Amino acid sequence: MPLSLSRHPSLVAYITCGDPDLATTRDIALAAIDAGSDVIELGVPFSDPVADGPVIQRASERALRQGTTLSAVLELAREVRSQRRDAGLIIFSYLNPILRFGLKRFCAAAADAGVDGALVTDLPVEEAQEYLTHMRRRDLATVFLAAPTSTGQRLKRIAEVSTGFLYAVSRTGVTGTRQELATDARQLVTRLRRYTKLPIAVGFGISTAEHVQQVAQFADAAVVGSAIVQAIEKSAPLGHAPQAVAELVKELSAFSSQLSAGSSAVPR
Amino acid sequence: MRASPSTIDHRPSTASIPGRFGAYGGRYVPETLVAALEELEIAYNRARHERKFQRDLDYLLKQYAGRPTPLFFARRLTDKLGGARIYLKREDLLHTGAHKINNCLGQALLAERMGKRRIIAETGAGQHGVATATVCALLGFECVVYMGTEDMRRQELNVFRMRLLGAEVRGVDSGSRTLKDAINEAMRDWVTNVRTTHYLLGSVLGAHPYPTMVRDFQSIIGRETRAQILRATGKLPSAIIACVGGGSNAMGIFHEFIKKKDKRVRLIGVEAGGRGEKLGEHAARFHGGSPGVLQGTFSYILQDDAGQIANTHSVSAGLDYPGVGPEHGWLKDIGRAEYVTASDKEALDACVLLARTEGIIPALESAHAVAECLKRAPKMKKSEILVVNVSGRGDKDMGILQDNLNGMAGE
Repeated sequence: MPLSLSRHPSLVAYITCGDPDLATTRDIALAAIDAGSDVIELGVPFSDPVADGPVIQRASERALRQGTTLSAVLELAREVRSQRRDAGLIIFSYLNPILRFGLKRFCAAAADAGVDGALVTDLPVEEAQEYLTHMRRRDLATVFLAAPTSTGQRLKRIAEVSTGFLYAVSRTGVTGTRQELATDARQLVTRLRRYTKLPIAVGFGISTAEHVQQVAQFADAAVVGSAIVQAIEKSAPLGHAPQAVAELVKELSAFSSQLSAGSSAVPR
Repeated sequence: MRASPSTIDHRPSTASIPGRFGAYGGRYVPETLVAALEELEIAYNRARHERKFQRDLDYLLKQYAGRPTPLFFARRLTDKLGGARIYLKREDLLHTGAHKINNCLGQALLAERMGKRRIIAETGAGQHGVATATVCALLGFECVVYMGTEDMRRQELNVFRMRLLGAEVRGVDSGSRTLKDAINEAMRDWVTNVRTTHYLLGSVLGAHPYPTMVRDFQSIIGRETRAQILRATGKLPSAIIACVGGGSNAMGIFHEFIKKKDKRVRLIGVEAGGRGEKLGEHAARFHGGSPGVLQGTFSYILQDDAGQIANTHSVSAGLDYPGVGPEHGWLKDIGRAEYVTASDKEALDACVLLARTEGIIPALESAHAVAECLKRAPKMKKSEILVVNVSGRGDKDMGILQDNLNGMAGE
C-alpha cells in the first residue's frame, strides 16, 4: 500500500483542490510528488473551514467559486493515482461534504479512485464509529488528529483507531504559517509514542526547511499546508504554480534528506 | 431530502444520551476543542446541582436582569383579531433588551468558576453581543465579540453599545459577513486561545454541551410562563409561539411544556421566510434544509447538493443563519413542535401592528412570532389562549424600520 512514510523524515504536502482550478491542482500534485512529497493531502474546499487560517480560507473560497466538489476531488485523485502509483494520497475534508455525498458511497468511491485514506477535520473519535466501519471495509486508512490539549485517555483512543499515520497538531490554533515551531509539538509526539507504533506526522505552522528539520528530530514526517497554498496563491496568476510548489517542496525536503535524523526507526 | 448520516444511525432515537436529541446534536469539532468542551460539560454538570451557583444566578437574574418578566394580556390585539386570548411574554423588558442575558449570566458565572477570564462571543443582531459585553463588565472579564460586517452595518447601534461597555468588537469580512461567519471566527479564536478563554455561545447551537446548557439557562422563560398563565387564567395555553434563529428563546419557552402531560399545548416555531423560497433568499431550515453538520452540531441546515453551506437572507440579523439548534430538529421530527415561516414583510407589518395596538415595539426577530400570531389567533376559539414570546425589543431596529417603512412615521 502506497501509504508508508518510506523515507525519513517524510514530507506530507497539503493542497486545496480546485485552487486555481482542478487541472492545475493535478499538475501541482504530480510536481509535489516528483519533488519529494511522500504523501499528498487532497483538501476538499468547504464553505466554513473553522480549523483553517486565512491562507486556506482564501484558497477554499477560490476553489468553491470554481465549483469544486468532493466528487471532482475524487476524480482528480484517480488521475493522480493513475500517473503516480507509489505516492500516498489522503482526502482531507470537513465532514459535511462527505455526509452529503454519503459516507458509504464516499468510502467506495475513494477506494475505487485509488485513494489510501482520509482525514476528517471535524470528526473526533467519539463520533467516528460508523465512519470507521465503512473505511475499514474498504481498507482505507483513517488518520486522526491529536492535539496538545488532548488528554492521555483521548490520545490512547486516537491511537487505537488511527491507521496509516497519526497527525499531531503542533499547537492550539488554526492552520497557517508561523515564525517559530511551537514547543507543544515535541511534547505531544512524546506523549503519543506511548500509545502507538505508527509513524507520527506533525502539522500546523510548518512552513520552512528549518521547521522541517526541527520536526525531523522527534517525529517521522512534517505536514506543510499553508506555505504551499500560499506559494500557489502567488504563482498561479503567473501560470507557474506547479513549478513553484516543486521548488518549495525540494527546498523543504532537501534539508531533511541531508540530515537523515537519528531518531527511532519507523515501523512499516 | 437525504436521511440522517450513517455516522450516527447506530444511536437509538431518544433524547436521553447526553448531547443527543434523537439523531441530532453531537460534538463535531476539531480535536483541539474537545478537551475544552469536556471541561465545560463537567463544570456545568457540577454547577447546576450546587446551591451556591443557583443562588448567585437567581440573584443576578432577579436583581440585575429584572426577572421575572411579565406575562401581559394583549387586550386590544385580542379584540382586533377576534379569536384566541393573546398573552405576551415580555422578555423584551429584560436588562439589555432581550432574553440573551439569561444565558450570558449563567455562562459567565461558569467561566468564573473555571478560572477563564477572557470571554469571546459571536453576535448577529447584536443582542447577544450586548448581553455578553454587559456581563463581562459586571464581572470584570476581558470581552471580544465577533460580528459580521454586514450585521455591524445594519445593527450599528448595538456595535456602539458593546464598545461603550468596554468590549472589543471584531468585524468579520468572510462569507456572507453575518452570524455564521462570526461563529466561524469565534471558533478560530477559541481553538487558538482555548486554555484561557471561554466561548460564550449565544444560542442552542454548536457542540455538546452548548445546546443543552443554553436551553437550561433559558428554560426559566417557560417555567415562569406556566406559573403566570395558570395564575391568570387557571389553564394552560393552546399554543405557544416563538421565533427561531438558532432557537434559544424558543427552546427556553418550549422546554417546560415538552413533557407528555402537556402535549395539548402546541409549540410553534417561526423561521425567517425572508424575501422568497429560493435557496439564499430565506433562513427557513425546516423548509428547504436537510440534516447535516455545521459548526459542531448535526441538525437541519441550508446547503447545496455538494454539502456547502448556503447563504441566507432575513430582514432580522438574529434569524439570518443557515443552521438551527439540534433539539428543534428532533422536536420537528417527532412532531412535538411545528415550524412555520414569516416573510420579511409579514414581520415588518407585525412589528408596526403590535406597536400601534399595544404600545410595544418588538425586535424584528420577535416580530416573526407576532406575525404568526396574527395568522393563527383569528382561527382559534375565544376560549383558547395563545402565548407569544416577545424575545426582544425593537430599539436596535430603528434604522432598518426607517429604511423599510419609508414615510410611515409622517402619516
